[in-house]
Amino acid sequence: MFKLEARPQPSRVMSYASPLIALAITILIGVGIFLWLGKDPIKGLEMFFVEPLKSAQAISELTVKAVPLLLIALGLAVCFRSNIWNIGAEGQYLLGAVAGSWVAMQAGPGTGRWIVALILLGGALGGMVWSGLVAFLKDRFNANEILVSLMLVYVGQQFLDYLVFGPWKDPNGYNFPQTITFLSVTKIPRLMDGYRANIGVLIAILAVAALWTFLFRTYRGFQLQVGGLAPAAARYAGFSSRVALWTALLVSGAMAGLAGALEVAGPMGQLTPYLSVGYGFAAIIVAFVGRLHPVGIVFSSLLMSLFYIGGELAQSRLGLPKAMTSVFQGLLLFTLLGCDTWIHNRLRWIGKPRTAPRRSEEA
Amino acid sequence: MEAWALQVAATLNAGTVLALAGLGLLINERAGIVNLGAEGIMLMAAFAGFATGVHSGSDFLGFLAGGAMGAILAGTLGYLVIWLNANQYATGLALSLFGTGLSAFAGIKYTQEKLGPRPHFEIPFLSKIPFLGSAFFKQHPMVYLAILLALGIAWFLYRSRAGLVLRAIGENPESAHALGYPVRRIRLSAVIAGGALCGLAGAYLSLIYTPLWVEGMVSGKGWIALALTTFATWRPGRILLGAYLFGGVTMLQFHLQGQGVQIASQLLTMLPYLATIAVLVLISRNPAWIRANMPASLGKPFFPEG
Repeated sequence: MFKLEARPQPSRVMSYASPLIALAITILIGVGIFLWLGKDPIKGLEMFFVEPLKSAQAISELTVKAVPLLLIALGLAVCFRSNIWNIGAEGQYLLGAVAGSWVAMQAGPGTGRWIVALILLGGALGGMVWSGLVAFLKDRFNANEILVSLMLVYVGQQFLDYLVFGPWKDPNGYNFPQTITFLSVTKIPRLMDGYRANIGVLIAILAVAALWTFLFRTYRGFQLQVGGLAPAAARYAGFSSRVALWTALLVSGAMAGLAGALEVAGPMGQLTPYLSVGYGFAAIIVAFVGRLHPVGIVFSSLLMSLFYIGGELAQSRLGLPKAMTSVFQGLLLFTLLGCDTWIHNRLRWIGKPRTAPRRSEEA
Repeated sequence: MEAWALQVAATLNAGTVLALAGLGLLINERAGIVNLGAEGIMLMAAFAGFATGVHSGSDFLGFLAGGAMGAILAGTLGYLVIWLNANQYATGLALSLFGTGLSAFAGIKYTQEKLGPRPHFEIPFLSKIPFLGSAFFKQHPMVYLAILLALGIAWFLYRSRAGLVLRAIGENPESAHALGYPVRRIRLSAVIAGGALCGLAGAYLSLIYTPLWVEGMVSGKGWIALALTTFATWRPGRILLGAYLFGGVTMLQFHLQGQGVQIASQLLTMLPYLATIAVLVLISRNPAWIRANMPASLGKPFFPEG
């Protein structure tokens, strides 16, 4: 009989291997789903793992989806490392897009390219307002951040809908719920002509470096993580949990808001109710699969972006429902958490079940 | 008068979804397990219940399917967090994301489907009483079952030995383990029972309340039910009260829209979510009170040594 027991030390090997094993299991289940739906699994997997990497154009599209995921997940990593459960990044992303849109709509004929910087700043501030609200209610009234941040997702979506169905609706838009198309001066600069990949890629790379420095090379980052791992130790050391709360939430709100502004002034070019494809929730998975480490998150955001594009391709070419993407995403996180057990635990053979249990010294 | 009676009836109807789910989550949390997967469980159960209802033509089988779906999903969550020691928050979240995705995926064929004629219930004699009859005695049996469940769970928790053990495990699993109780098995049963109730709530939503299958139709009710357990300070009677209160807020929103109030419908739709935040703030602002009422081991892993 096997028994699950705690390892003396967490396994380093497992902590790297676990996401890969989880991915392998997810792909296996995926093959099962394709077979069950009567589709060729090789073709199905091709949509997810080959087609999105085939050309420069495809790679550019991959970054278009990976950038928001990466930015949001970086912020969430700070939260989760501080043991603050902000799961409303989706709402912060939406509010960032709303704020960015407001700035973009102020542009007139004489506006210069500098407005792009203001749009991004506006987006970050918008996200911070939404996450700051969570921090305030938690700090002042002890309200659970999981539930408050989540409720604010629904409120944020309704607020966005209200704006585009009401005051912000394009008067010449044939009554479609959308704002005017932003002036081209507000467009997030692209890296190369003909490709949709924009300077969001550079911002994301900078953010990875900044966050790595913050988490692993600054005292504040250290304090935050101690508070997450061992709250009692942090209190004893005099690290303020309030500062940690505000820092983590404001950083993650700013990142999500930035992602929202990049999206609305980048690929979208106008605000519509269909802005969100669940990046805020998928980023939670990205953060965990990336081991809450900035470099790991780079890889996991690219992987999740493959899932998004693969889902779209499977829909258009194989006639599969697009919701396949979220099935794979959820499955990946689920299996990952199962695999993570083996980082801290191992199975040990403890003799045949029939024999009377003997107490060994180490048990 | 009759209009108000219908309003009351609608409130009870809307509150029943939250009451069933809230009671389920209460059982989980009393055993020390937070189930953030409620939203996903309810969606999967709403789908399972609806699909079964469409194919079999039987609501009873639909409810059975919903409850079973809830129990299976919650059992998976329970196995991961209780035996494999996975983080409760992350695992619950995973279940919610997975359930949202899978139900949308599996349910695509059912968005156009319709259930048979919806049954109409009346309690003989009582339903003839003016006002009270239309308000209280023309409900689906599930509405009364939810009330009976609240009473039953209250009795179980406070008057039965098994309930005492469950509460003891929620407060201090180490001591319960030392006394020889199978802490993990009891926790798992609590999680499964709670999941089954969330499943019934989902099935009620798609079979009776709406009655339709729409992608993402639970729209946050699972999360609101989670907030309800805090609001109720982990007591079954107050769960019921809170559920009807929120049911009332939901109805108020439709009522105001029906009355042609000059407020954008999006702002009215925000109401239940804003109310949840307001209630959380009001209830939580006294940390000592929350701490005194909250099961002490809530959300914390328990891993017996030896």
